[in-house]
Amino acid sequence: MAGLSGLFAVYKPPGVAWCRVREAVETRLLRVQGPRFRRLKIGVGHRLDVKASGVFVLGIGHGNKLFTDLYNCHLTKVYTVSGMFGKATDDFSDTGKLIEKTTFDHITREKLERIVAVIQGTNHKALLMYSNIDMKTQEAYELAVKGLIRPMEKSPPIITAIRCLQFALPEFQLEIHCLHETQQYLRKIVHEIGLELKSSAVCTQVRRTRDGVFTLDDALPRTQWDLRSIQDAIRNCRLKVETELEKTLGHQDNSPFHQLDVEMAHSTDS
Amino acid sequence: MARWARQVSRWGCLLSTARAAEFPRRPRSYGSAARTCREFAPLALLPPAKDGVLWRLLACRSVGSCPPPDRARDGSFSSQESHLPSLVKYEQAKAETLPDLNAKELNEDWDDIPPSSALEEISEEEAVQIIAEPLLPLHSTTLRDYVDHSETLAKLVHLGVDLSQVEKRQKAGQLLLTLDFEKDIRKILLFLKDVGVEDNQLGPFLTKNPYILGEDLEALETRVAYLKSKKFGKSEIAQMVSRAPYLLLFSVERLDNRLGFFKNELGLSVKKTKDLVIRLPRLLTGKLETVKENLQVCQVELGFQRNEIQQIAYKTPKILTASKKRLKQTFDYLHNIMGIPHHMLTRFPQVFNSKLLRIRERHMFLAFLGRAQYDPAQPSYISLDQLVSLPDEVFCTEIAKASIQDFENFLKTL
Repeated sequence: MAGLSGLFAVYKPPGVAWCRVREAVETRLLRVQGPRFRRLKIGVGHRLDVKASGVFVLGIGHGNKLFTDLYNCHLTKVYTVSGMFGKATDDFSDTGKLIEKTTFDHITREKLERIVAVIQGTNHKALLMYSNIDMKTQEAYELAVKGLIRPMEKSPPIITAIRCLQFALPEFQLEIHCLHETQQYLRKIVHEIGLELKSSAVCTQVRRTRDGVFTLDDALPRTQWDLRSIQDAIRNCRLKVETELEKTLGHQDNSPFHQLDVEMAHSTDS
Repeated sequence: MARWARQVSRWGCLLSTARAAEFPRRPRSYGSAARTCREFAPLALLPPAKDGVLWRLLACRSVGSCPPPDRARDGSFSSQESHLPSLVKYEQAKAETLPDLNAKELNEDWDDIPPSSALEEISEEEAVQIIAEPLLPLHSTTLRDYVDHSETLAKLVHLGVDLSQVEKRQKAGQLLLTLDFEKDIRKILLFLKDVGVEDNQLGPFLTKNPYILGEDLEALETRVAYLKSKKFGKSEIAQMVSRAPYLLLFSVERLDNRLGFFKNELGLSVKKTKDLVIRLPRLLTGKLETVKENLQVCQVELGFQRNEIQQIAYKTPKILTASKKRLKQTFDYLHNIMGIPHHMLTRFPQVFNSKLLRIRERHMFLAFLGRAQYDPAQPSYISLDQLVSLPDEVFCTEIAKASIQDFENFLKTL
């Protein structure tokens, strides 16, 4: 267990603060070991606020060092955002203070998809701008073909893709691929979509279905937050993480997964 | 440097002689210290004392000019006194039977060896053999500085008291330092054992409530007698005292007031009140305002009738000390979203003790499967206590009639 290190994902339930999730995992792991280990170094990846749920990456031991590198890869995250037409609140979610109520019978799926396309277009311009790539070069064309154009440094939130999954008045569901976002930003997008459609909308659910290379299938539900499952999860995700890091940051001598190799070798021996 | 060390060690001896009150029965004089040091070389063969004090004895020079600090020697005696009463008596006998010789030796010592000045040259061997202990600080924020030198603290640590917790409390550290183990603490410990606190519980008990060591023994006995007069059994009193360490600090009037309060507020019979207090003795030692507020919340905001509150409080007394916010949130979900009426909640008050997240996940899973049926009159009824108390696997297979894989997949869609 002392050799346990690496990255894994859990599913954070809604209504719980992210630090509580981290503490719960730490407690469950320490319970197995007993009082010998007082604390485990468990680091977190991209955080989720209290109302949001979804894939939440945690790192143990030396895996924490990979977080900086993963952050520098600037990988996109995918969210499923559910909204509801008809009212507007102060914090853009359905539990906030009500500000106004509106009608929404005039909204159709085509109108929604039109607005969504406009949002994607404007965000695409911002994407190209922050990527710092000269658009007229051959290199830019090749990257664009592969879909690898991304801002590789700090930028405001950018939506790389957005589409409508479900539409059943007054509720609707969107899938949003984004970078450098916060969950509150996504709720604001829902609110603005409502305004654009000459009505109002609140966000009822923000759920992260992918964070970089970690998908919903990799995320461990609460019933599986134990040593065995976490070890398996770390092992399964290791290859994906390494491939992604290699692809984006290039092969370096002091690259982090050389160290991780050593760690995993030790832990499989122990 | 060596000079200074020797001077300090001398000052150390003088200081400890000044603190004679703490360690009775030890010979005090300068000369006899050297003498008994020589006589007690055989002590070195016995099991070593805590700080390796005996190694210091070995190192001490038998020539009388620089005896080891009194404190170190006394320390070894105190920790071994229980094992070697005979040797201590021997030492005392020696000291008593040769008082005149001691006096002569005193004079001889003072005459033979002129007081050395700090700037005197000494050889390397002498320098190495000087042991200069740092002086005890007069003020300190932690008990750690005093633990090595106070046998009270040492014995408490042996019992299992966590001094790092104790020193965080107000004035508890000060109290412990002023008490003497033999005179005060031992009586209270025997009293606690008499009441029925287990030996291995004494340490945690004293960690939580060190103030009891400063209490008057008669007062404590009066309080236990009062509890016995109210027909609490001996094992029940032992249980209550172990689980609520502050209980015996309360005076008889206060205990009486509190028992009366619970009897009146909840409207329970004497027997039921006693049963309640035995199951959750924290009620007697906790704040009464919180209990009053919780009762208000139950009545006004949650809308329970008085007899319903009585039943709930009797079945799950923890509700009286629970957090109001959590209580309101749980009730809101149970009543407004799950649609459970008041009388069902009165029948199963244990739902208030369980985590809201658990209730929410399980209810949403059942609703998704179309099995969220909490009305006993309808078929395929699911009782609330089964909803919260069963472990996950049993819940899935028995109640929801689905596999745990389905439950996990559902959890990931929330």
